[in-house]
Amino acid sequence: MALNQETIKNLSSLSRLRLPAEREAKILGDLQSILDWVEQLKEVNIDGVEPLVSVTEGTAPMREDVVTDGGLQTELMANAPEQVQGFYVVPKVVE
Amino acid sequence: MTDLVNLKITEALDLLNKGEISSEDLTRAHIEEMAKGRVLNAFITETPELALAQAKESDERRKSGKIGLLEGIPIANKDLYCTKGIRTTAASKILSNFVPPYESTVSQKLKDAGTVMLGKLNTDQFAMGGSTITSYFGATKNPWNLDLVPGGSSGGSAAAVAAGLCMGATGSDTGGSIRQPASFCGVTGIKPTYGRCSRYGIIAFASSLDQAGPMTRSVKDCALMLNAMAGYDAKDSTVANVPVPDFTAALTGDIRGKKIGIPKEYRPDGLNADVAAIWDKGIQYLKDAGAEIVDISLPHTKYALPVYYIVACAEASSNLSRYDGVRYTTRVEGNSLDELYENTRTDGFGDEVVRRILLGTFVLSAGFYDAYYTRAQRVRRLIYNDFIEAFKNVDAILVPAAPTPALTEKALKEMRPVDVYLGDVFTTPASLAGVPAISLPVGLSQNGLPIGLQIIGKHFDENTVFQVAEVLEAQANFDQTPKRVKG
Repeated sequence: MALNQETIKNLSSLSRLRLPAEREAKILGDLQSILDWVEQLKEVNIDGVEPLVSVTEGTAPMREDVVTDGGLQTELMANAPEQVQGFYVVPKVVE
Repeated sequence: MTDLVNLKITEALDLLNKGEISSEDLTRAHIEEMAKGRVLNAFITETPELALAQAKESDERRKSGKIGLLEGIPIANKDLYCTKGIRTTAASKILSNFVPPYESTVSQKLKDAGTVMLGKLNTDQFAMGGSTITSYFGATKNPWNLDLVPGGSSGGSAAAVAAGLCMGATGSDTGGSIRQPASFCGVTGIKPTYGRCSRYGIIAFASSLDQAGPMTRSVKDCALMLNAMAGYDAKDSTVANVPVPDFTAALTGDIRGKKIGIPKEYRPDGLNADVAAIWDKGIQYLKDAGAEIVDISLPHTKYALPVYYIVACAEASSNLSRYDGVRYTTRVEGNSLDELYENTRTDGFGDEVVRRILLGTFVLSAGFYDAYYTRAQRVRRLIYNDFIEAFKNVDAILVPAAPTPALTEKALKEMRPVDVYLGDVFTTPASLAGVPAISLPVGLSQNGLPIGLQIIGKHFDENTVFQVAEVLEAQANFDQTPKRVKG
């Protein structure tokens, strides 16, 4: 798989990153060499092998549907860079 | 009086129990040592006032007879563990001012066990690296030689324990981040079975791989500290609801008849001569102790590294999407919400983190998902199956922890990322399989640098891992006395 400048731009955009041109060129080279190296996985026979998503496969544990905490708005909002009356503030998204 | 900063945890507990020292004595000695050791840059945040207050509380508890498993022992936490009210940075710019409103389960358990916290330890940024040079707060130095890296990502933990700045430390291990720095710094560290410790409150890197573990200066200290850290937690659905045995009870000193597997795939052509020599020595030590050495094969070993980098980066790209400039303290303004996200994230993440987010985004993106991500997960199952098969015939596996002794910062900075990743070649297989693995120092290279070996065990059989490790430790007689650094 050959990457190009466009791929990097697209990946950056999907990842909400904006790389300056010289950083983009360096990253392109790095990612290309990593992808060339992972190509070796193509030589493994994986016919009939199920993906291993987690080594703790099984059902998720259930618990009683009760409130275990809450009322932490002030504590949780303490790390907000900007807030008004307990709400996060962001640039206007609706005209 | 004994030099308090040279003690093992077990020795200090003995003196505390006899009333010969107080936790305050022990803690003051370590606070002084922490100040002398600043040249190592092992700590991101020092908390000496908190430590002294906790030590005094511990001494009071001791008088009342209500003592925990590690009562009065000064430790430190990797700065990936959320500590309520104490800045937790993941060694990143983007979280450089983050003060968690809650405590991680493992650090809470250590508090409940009576420990005193000296501070928060340096790491590679978001635990992504094997050198601790990707930290936003500067590189940590190796106490054996300041030109060398301590390994990583738990490099601050390894350096602090090796230099006697704390008696034990938490680390976290995703692809070797406890075991490789333990090897580079000549200390002992275990990555327990995936699911043994709660991940709640540990800043996530790759959720199907991340696991908490202790780093100490002896196998027994490591077992004792894991006793305090392990166990079920309703706040992390991947923690196993299984009983936690007393790991120190497994240290019988007798491994006669135990079968120890030696996988041929860990001895590639051109294996570093020092590492090969120490491995051979370790095999001989276990043989001398009465173990049966068995040649085994883990045929998919060579694919572990590429599988690891695909899986870990995919999970990281998802986990790190939460850092958006809205909720976690750091924000770089923009004219639109997307611009705000982009400006904040571009400014807040270091090069290695960006590389991994982009790689993870690529392998998860439409059109490439099956070819990369799903394929990697399928090969992961083959790696997992290799271990299950091998453990039908052996009790534990002995392999090197890292392909080289510690490297210089300069050498690492000149390497391509993909060559740097090769440093995880011996640690990623156990991570992908989720099996427990300890790294302990067994000898020195020709240049006098520590080299560690790993003992890998079956899922949830840390007992055998500790049992074999303690025998190897006794045979190797490696001097884990702290390496004093003149500041």
